[in-house]
Amino acid sequence: MTDVLQLRGLGKTYAGGKGRGETVALDNVDLTIGEGEFLSIVGASGCGKSTLLRIVAGLERQSSGELLLDGTPITRPGRDRGMVFQQYTLFPWLTALENIEFALRDSGRRERSDIAREYLEVVGLTSFAEHFPAQLSGGMQQRVAIARALALRPRILLMDEPFGALDSQTRMLMQELLLAIWERDRLSVLFVTHDVEEAIFLADRVCVMASKPGRVRELVRVEAERPRILEQQSSSQFMAARQHVRGLIHDEAVHATSGLEAVLARREPSGEGTS
Amino acid sequence: MAALFGAWAAVTYGGLVSDLVLPTPSAVLKSLQTGWHDGTLVADTRDSVVRILAGFLISSALAIPVGLFMGSYKVIEAALEPPIDFIRYMPAVAFIPLTLIWFGTSATQKLVILFIGIFFQEVLLIMDNVKTVPRQLVDMAYTLGLSQWQVLRTVVFRASLPGIVDTLRISMGWAWTYLVVAELVGAESGLGFRIQQAQRYLDTGAIVLGIMLIGLLGLIFDFSFKFLYARSFRYLGRTAGAR
Repeated sequence: MTDVLQLRGLGKTYAGGKGRGETVALDNVDLTIGEGEFLSIVGASGCGKSTLLRIVAGLERQSSGELLLDGTPITRPGRDRGMVFQQYTLFPWLTALENIEFALRDSGRRERSDIAREYLEVVGLTSFAEHFPAQLSGGMQQRVAIARALALRPRILLMDEPFGALDSQTRMLMQELLLAIWERDRLSVLFVTHDVEEAIFLADRVCVMASKPGRVRELVRVEAERPRILEQQSSSQFMAARQHVRGLIHDEAVHATSGLEAVLARREPSGEGTS
Repeated sequence: MAALFGAWAAVTYGGLVSDLVLPTPSAVLKSLQTGWHDGTLVADTRDSVVRILAGFLISSALAIPVGLFMGSYKVIEAALEPPIDFIRYMPAVAFIPLTLIWFGTSATQKLVILFIGIFFQEVLLIMDNVKTVPRQLVDMAYTLGLSQWQVLRTVVFRASLPGIVDTLRISMGWAWTYLVVAELVGAESGLGFRIQQAQRYLDTGAIVLGIMLIGLLGLIFDFSFKFLYARSFRYLGRTAGAR
């Protein structure tokens, strides 16, 4: 498998305010994403997973290390990476169709319209082409955002908690939709979420991150076969993976939350019995 | 509205208050007739409207780009906000004596007062309008390959436009106050000037007429802005609910 995206010793440090030291958001992150691979990143809030994605998107620069897309260093945002954020990703003054066309400004008028309609169909929103974002539900808005990212025909799809603002019912449907699209195009995907189930259900590999400083704790391979269906979520493979990933994140969260470790330690059965 | 008018008619026709304190509705109507026939009504209204539009357009044409840059770049905000804030707190009407010395009762003097009154308030409000544009929308535009200038022009400006139009509507309201005060103090025409003239002759009918005309014009401008907003920003879905 060829690597689409390579992160080598990636680090990000923010200068601290007055009297405070600098904050290490990311420390020595090594990660590769293969051609057609679906990689999820999970971790407690503050572990730098969104920062990592922003750096890959070119919205921020790393402080150290190397970042390569098809072997070429990433220095700025570009259309070879399709981005989907959690919210506010559509331009409110443009219709669903126009939002996609806007991303294709370089193409001719005719071609632009054809591609936009093609991808609206991929996400099943052909009949909502002329609707403005405010007239669409949250799930529909994210579908348009996904269609727009796909329409760029990017090398990799970057998703930052794209379903995080949706209700659980819609979120599940969106996960299935995303899988259907991914199985069709076999696009490389880097998917950031704090939802462990979501991360496992979608991904080939789950990257569990640790915080303070943000770093890769463990890479967990999800062995469940494709195509994935919802029923698999209750299979033993999934349960085991979920248990494992949850455990890692829990330890990490306890460790990272000041003062909590000592409190929780007192709860453990110590054999003293009650007096 | 009807109750207010009824109360006014009752106290004046009923002789509860003298004409010198408050004119009767018919006295106001008579002032309207006189003003219409001698042409002062139209001329004064025209002069005031031209002044306010000129002052408003010049101020806004400058406030929009400056506010856009201040809201988008921290460095520009840090450099410009303190001086603008300082001037903003100086009452525009306090500049009237000074501007009269500089420019006399000319049209320029009215423009300067309007500019001082509008620009400095407007620029800060527009900066705030610009700041409400979600960060993710801007980031999104960058990932679509837009340059910094394109992002500013096609995304940040466009996204904050509804807020800007609302700001313009509100500042138009202040503009009337500044203009009328400037005309009361030193002018050769305009609605404020007419009110000031009427005061000399204790012509309360003409004074009330002037006040009502200013109110009516303000209402028309306000309504125009609201109409423009409703027409231009249907996509926000706030007005679509009426259907």
